[in-house]
Amino acid sequence: MIRIENLQKSYAATKALDGIDLSVAAGELFAFLGPNGAGKTTTIRILTGLTRLGSGRALLNGHDIESDGIAAKRQCGLVPQHINLDSELTVLENLDIHGRLFGMEPSRRRRKIEELLAYVELADRTRSLVKQLSGGLKRRLMIARALMHEPRILFLDEPTVGLDAAIRRRIWALVKRVQQDGTTIFLTTHYIEEAEFLAGRVAFIDQGRIVAIDQPHNLMARLGHWAIDQVNGEGMQTRYFPTREEATGFSAGQDCGFTLRRVNLEDAFLALTGKKVL
Amino acid sequence: MQGFIAVYLRELLILKYRFKRQLAGMAISPLLYLITFGYAMGDVIRFGGHSYLEFLIPGLVAMGSMTQAFAIATDINVARFYWNIFEEFQAAPISNLSYVAGEVLAGMTRALLAIVVILLLSLPFGVVLHYGPMFWLAVLLNCFVFASLAVALAMLVKSHADQSLLTNFIITPMAFLGGTFFPVEKLPEWAQTLLSFLPLTHASHAIRASSLGQPVHSADYLVLVIAGAVFFWLALHSVNRARD
Repeated sequence: MIRIENLQKSYAATKALDGIDLSVAAGELFAFLGPNGAGKTTTIRILTGLTRLGSGRALLNGHDIESDGIAAKRQCGLVPQHINLDSELTVLENLDIHGRLFGMEPSRRRRKIEELLAYVELADRTRSLVKQLSGGLKRRLMIARALMHEPRILFLDEPTVGLDAAIRRRIWALVKRVQQDGTTIFLTTHYIEEAEFLAGRVAFIDQGRIVAIDQPHNLMARLGHWAIDQVNGEGMQTRYFPTREEATGFSAGQDCGFTLRRVNLEDAFLALTGKKVL
Repeated sequence: MQGFIAVYLRELLILKYRFKRQLAGMAISPLLYLITFGYAMGDVIRFGGHSYLEFLIPGLVAMGSMTQAFAIATDINVARFYWNIFEEFQAAPISNLSYVAGEVLAGMTRALLAIVVILLLSLPFGVVLHYGPMFWLAVLLNCFVFASLAVALAMLVKSHADQSLLTNFIITPMAFLGGTFFPVEKLPEWAQTLLSFLPLTHASHAIRASSLGQPVHSADYLVLVIAGAVFFWLALHSVNRARD
């Protein structure tokens, strides 16, 4: 499990994190949703040892990331936002080096590489140089690499950014499978549908602060279940309704064009922060 | 130990993939120095009873071991600032000692390869020198000093451009002033004192004396050991500075 207490981080005069408190249970798929610059990546970088902690405390499966950093790092795997594979090495070499960094014995490394490449459907690319892989294949390889040492917590920082819709769906299916295998997943995203589809619980983060944490349907239900978007002289206005009937009843009396749709997490985020996620 | 092997192995694999290009890169400068300074001017200049080529080759060994060992800094910076591969090491449960030792040994390996290239290139020029244990000890210490300095500075710089500046202001002047191309003893007393603070001056002395069959000075080796220890310690303590 992950426990974070009053996490703070500043860069010069800018507060990147302003007192983050949260807890993620073992086996949970938890998503951090917020716009660019909200503090999502900073949180993951601190938890995985890439960025120095400003103040506060964080524990990964009971290991303090500062005082017991090596043990804390053993608990987690990381898929960063940008591709950070060794592009000059092969798929096999990338995984092998990672296994060695985590102290895996040769037989365990061989078995795990074979198993993971089949898992992410890259078994036929074992000897390919990473620079020859497409963006989607590189992402899958990064997930395989992060799972190589069998971490109990997996951090995914914007795992599908820049990928097309079809590849994104494949990555989602893979992430779901990893969670079903018992791994705790901490995901950051600014894709609404990604958080809705994957996460058991979502935290909204804005300007380094958590503004709400709950299950996606609870966050959305605070507004209602149906929304009507109308464009008029004042721009776009959205109204929320508990039922479809009430929404259609409202729309029947309107002169201007409107769109009837389900409430989504973007609406919930907008209502709480006054900002859009994207 | 596993972490150290992983870091070192990664650098060796990269060296393997770039081997031909690296060898060509390692050969070009010494070959030009040998042709222009040694072959073309070798007959007109003599130092201490030795031809200029005999004087120059140990200097090239000292300079080559320095520049190639220091070049690991560029690889670390490319991995850190362009490919973000350094994050893989930062997120791994390895000690700073494992990381630094792996990179330093990689820098030393590369430098030793460059020395072999220089010595092979010098063969057609008909120069026969002594490559005994004291020669190789001086070479190894020089590689250790500059690979350690490279790792330390690679951790402290904030951009790849900073790294280029350091190379221009530290390595290039040292390459020319550290007794590689001319005897430091020919300079005024004050300049000799100043240059005695450069590790390369002592490396050049030790490498030249041992390869020309002259008595070596233990002080030169001691200075290299101390400089290497200081830079290695600095590298160890700079790894955490690379975290933002």
